[in-house]
This record gives sequence, structure tokens and C-alpha cells, in this order.
Amino acid sequence: MNPKLLLLAVLLLAVHAPAAAELSIQITQGVDDPIPIAVVPFATDGAVFGAEDVAEIVSSDLEQVGEFLALGRENLLSMPSEESEVFFRDWQLLAQDYLLVGKVSGVQGSQVVRVQYEFFDVNRELRLVGEVLAGNVSQMRDIGHEIANVVYEQVTGTRGAFTSQILYVVAEPAADGTRFRLEKADYDGQRPQVLLRSREPIMSPNWSPDGSEVAYVSFETDRPRIYIQDIASGQRRQITNYPGINSSPVFSPDGDRLAMVLSRDGSPDIYVQDLRSNELMRVTDHPAIDTEPSWTPDGRSIVFMSDRTGQPQIYQIELGASSFDVERLTYDCFQCAKARFLPDGVNLIHVRRETRQSPSYQIAIINIETLRVITLTDTSLDESPSLAPNGSMIMYATKYQGRGVLDAVSIDGLVKFRLPSAEGDVREPAWSPFLD
Amino acid sequence: MGTQSNTIIKASLLAFTLTLFAACSSTEDAEPPAEVVDNTPAPADTSGADDDPGPTVEELERERQLAQRVFYFDFDVAEFKAEDRETLTTHAQNLAANANLRIRLEGHADERGTREYNLALGERRANGILNYLIVNGASRGQIEVVSYGEERPEQAGQTEAAYAENRRVEIVDQ
Repeated sequence: MNPKLLLLAVLLLAVHAPAAAELSIQITQGVDDPIPIAVVPFATDGAVFGAEDVAEIVSSDLEQVGEFLALGRENLLSMPSEESEVFFRDWQLLAQDYLLVGKVSGVQGSQVVRVQYEFFDVNRELRLVGEVLAGNVSQMRDIGHEIANVVYEQVTGTRGAFTSQILYVVAEPAADGTRFRLEKADYDGQRPQVLLRSREPIMSPNWSPDGSEVAYVSFETDRPRIYIQDIASGQRRQITNYPGINSSPVFSPDGDRLAMVLSRDGSPDIYVQDLRSNELMRVTDHPAIDTEPSWTPDGRSIVFMSDRTGQPQIYQIELGASSFDVERLTYDCFQCAKARFLPDGVNLIHVRRETRQSPSYQIAIINIETLRVITLTDTSLDESPSLAPNGSMIMYATKYQGRGVLDAVSIDGLVKFRLPSAEGDVREPAWSPFLD
Repeated sequence: MGTQSNTIIKASLLAFTLTLFAACSSTEDAEPPAEVVDNTPAPADTSGADDDPGPTVEELERERQLAQRVFYFDFDVAEFKAEDRETLTTHAQNLAANANLRIRLEGHADERGTREYNLALGERRANGILNYLIVNGASRGQIEVVSYGEERPEQAGQTEAAYAENRRVEIVDQ
């Protein structure tokens, strides 16, 4: 066949290709020049029943973060499942930079599956990875996400976050009042699980750094109180019962302490509780509102929001310092709130309202040394930003068609996607640390 | 909770209106609805007006004020509105006169701004009313303040009208 003709045919077919991306996720914005990758459907031997399509999970993962474009299945020229069947020239003709092939095999009468995969650099005609993963047939999504992690790291040099999870709160209207749920799901919103149900509000879920526990605020006693729940067992304990607001729990980077907000002394201030001794330390002392604590990456200081100058701005205080020894970090916004540092300790993610006249709340990053601001979102009620464990994306809550939804944006602002949501308002995403 | 107290307000307002119309029925009122008259016990048409004076205008006003349980706030403002001052004074006097009475002040915010800040704003609003009630005779032990921030909106939606309904403090009997 004439190669030029073939290429033309491929280009024509490619017009229909984007449909594949709409299966589970909505990519609302991608990079201009994504990396082309061919993910061939994995061969299966007859013994595997009910298993999910691993190749589809991998290509969805890679496309969701926007840096990759998976070749549409209708454009495949061949269906190799192992290295001996790969002819690099085919994939070079299709202008693919990378190729993933594999096969799934089961053991008769057992739930165990073996997934063998191989990953190739098409231009260098080189196998980069070859591996066999084994698991239960119910773990196919985990296996797919794990393969996506490997591919992502091979190509970008950054660890993949496809096996990470998210926590979020759902508020669902019912005939006799709103029902609240704390849920956990895969990072892409799949496989949701309910961790807590309540007829009273639930707020501010926060992961322990080892991913085993969640701290949150529950109004189940008709008052906001802080709880810590073991995610696997569901066992939980109430951490605070002070008069007034008990809120905004955030684990320290070492997991030994919990920063929080208490208004027991008149107005909301930042406190830190040692989780082993239960000793409580007051960090700020000001009659204005101090709230939304987060830890600096070294665990020595707390970043928080205060309206002590009239409107919310972001401040930092070193633990153990005098409450007068507060450093103000933002000046150039009407309101800046809900801040936390990226791991570099210089760039600060926050929620920003630029001016009093423009009542939009957006997710932004400010470099506190150069004061350069990058606004990442363009919707108007964006809040609760949470960083992926590999630092590549920020998930946040916004409103879409009057309902609360979760969106994600890459930290350069180029890639955006929206999680599918069922009924109700979804809010307050908390992206897990690396869980493996 | 909010809906319930609204219902209570409406019911009390209706009752008040009925009584008021009854009290005024001897004067030339423009359009007293027929059912109002029907439902009302015989007004002070009988001879001894001095024996059974009925509720005074002041008492009726006091009743109306105590029936107001929701107080609305302007955007990003923690102080209650000047027009609610007299009503809150009446609530304070009522608490002072009834030492066994216990109430909760539930503070709320609209959804603009971050959730934790709104939780604090709801408390600040409720505290403003708390302090006013104490200054006017209520005792601290009678009142609990709880903020719900933006978590329990009265109205859904992203309109100014919904936001105005949601920025509120509710008085809830314990």
C-alpha cells in the first residue's frame, strides 16, 4: 500500500477519534501538542470473565491529564500483544511516539489474573518496560492505574498519581432535609465509597500523611466538632469538644499534630493539638477571624487566612513565635484565602478574589518571592483547592449549571478536566498522598 | 429548621393580623377580609370595654416582635440591621423576664467566599446579636451560639435574592 495514501486515510479517520475520550471523564481543556501514544487493547485468553478493559483504563488516565493523545482504536493497523508481534514501522507511520501492548490471562476456576504489559519508544524502536502484574479480577482498575503510573513516569520523568484517591463531601437534597455524605473514590471519581452519612453538615476532610486516616468536621451533635476516622476500619474518635467553632483540621507533615481552628476564646484562632499527648497549643491570638491553617512543607510554620485588616488575606506564623510575629504574604488581592504552599515552599496555591467590583473567586498561585500571580481557573465560585501527590494538578470545587462539581486543573493552567458527578452537590475535594 | 421557623413566623404573623383586624373592626377599615371577621371571637362591641380590655397595642407589638425569629444581614457585614434593633431588645427583655428560657442563635452565610471563612462569619453575626441580647438583659447562660456557615442555605441558587435569604441568624428555642 502507498504510505501516503495510508497516512491520508488515518488523518480522515482521526476526525472521529475524540469520541473515545467522553466515556468516563470530560476533558474541558488540553495542551496544544499532546504526546501521541498507541494503547492496543490487551489480548485476553478465554479464562478471564468480567474483567474490565485495562487498555481503556490506561488510555483514559493518560488523556485525562491532558499531556497525551491516545490513538483511536479504529485506527489501529495491527493488534500486537507482545514484543515479537510489534513492527515499529506501523506505529511510525501512524506518527505514534509510544506504544503499549499487553495480555490478560486467568487461571481456570480462580479469580486471579495475570496482566503482562510492554511499553515501547516507537522512534527509538526500543522496549522501555516489560512487567507482569497479578491480582484479583476485581482489581483490574488498580492494575490499569498502576500501568498508567509507569507509562507517565517513563515519558514525563514525574511519578504518576493515577492510583491516588480523593475524599469529598456530597450534599443531597431529600424530602425531609439535606443528606450529607463523606465519600472516598479513585482520583477519577470511579468506585466511590461512603465513609460517613449524616443529616447534619460534614466539612473539611483532610488526609493523614500516610493515607490511613481522615480528619473532618461533623455537625452530628448539632455543633461543629472535629473527628478522626480510620479509613479502612471505619473506627473513629472525637478529637475536640470546645465551645464555639471547632473546624479546619489539618494534619502536620509528620502526622503527629493537628492544626485546627477554635473560637473558644472569643474569636476563631489557630491552634495545634499534639495527637499523642493531646496537648493543645494556641498559635494565633487576634480578635479578628483567623482560619484555614495549612502547614509549610518543613512543618515549622502555619499559613492561615485572617481578616484582621478588614478583608481576608494570607499570613504566616512560625510555631512557638509570639502571636505578634505574623508575616503577611498577600497584598494585591481584595480577598485571598485557603492557601497552602507547593512543596517548593515558595509558590502558594490560594483562592483569590481580585477586586471588590469583580465578585469572582478563582484558584491561583502566587510566588511569594517574585509576587507573580498565575490565575488557573476562569469560573466564578471556585474554592477548596487540593494538590495531587505528584504536584501536577489541583482539584477544586466549583459550580456548574447550579450544582457543586469537582474540577481539576494542571498547575500550569493548561489542562482541565471535570469529574462526573451523580446527584447532589459535590464539594471540598481532598487529594490523597501517594498510597503505595 | 429554617423552613419550620418561617412557618412559625407566618403563622404568628397571621394570628397577629387576625387579632389586629379584630381590634380595629369598629373603625372604618378599607377591606377587612370576610373570613377574618368570621374567625374572630366577638370583638369589644359588648358593653363593658373597661372589664375586658383585650391585648393592648403594645402587647400585640411585643408578640409580633417575639415571633420574628430570622434576622437578615447585608453582604460581608456582621452587624444586624438597625431596623431589627427594637425587635431584638424585646427578645432580650423576654429572656430577662423568663430565666428558664434557653435559645440557640444559629448563624449563616451565603456561599460566596471560602467555607471556613463563612463558618467564622456566621459566628460573628450570631455573636453580634448575642452581645446585644446580653447588654439588654439576657444572661449568657441562656444563649448558645452555633454557626453553620454556608452549609445550610435557606435558598438554593446563585442569585442575589437567594444570597440575601441565606445571610441570616435564626433564633431557635432550646
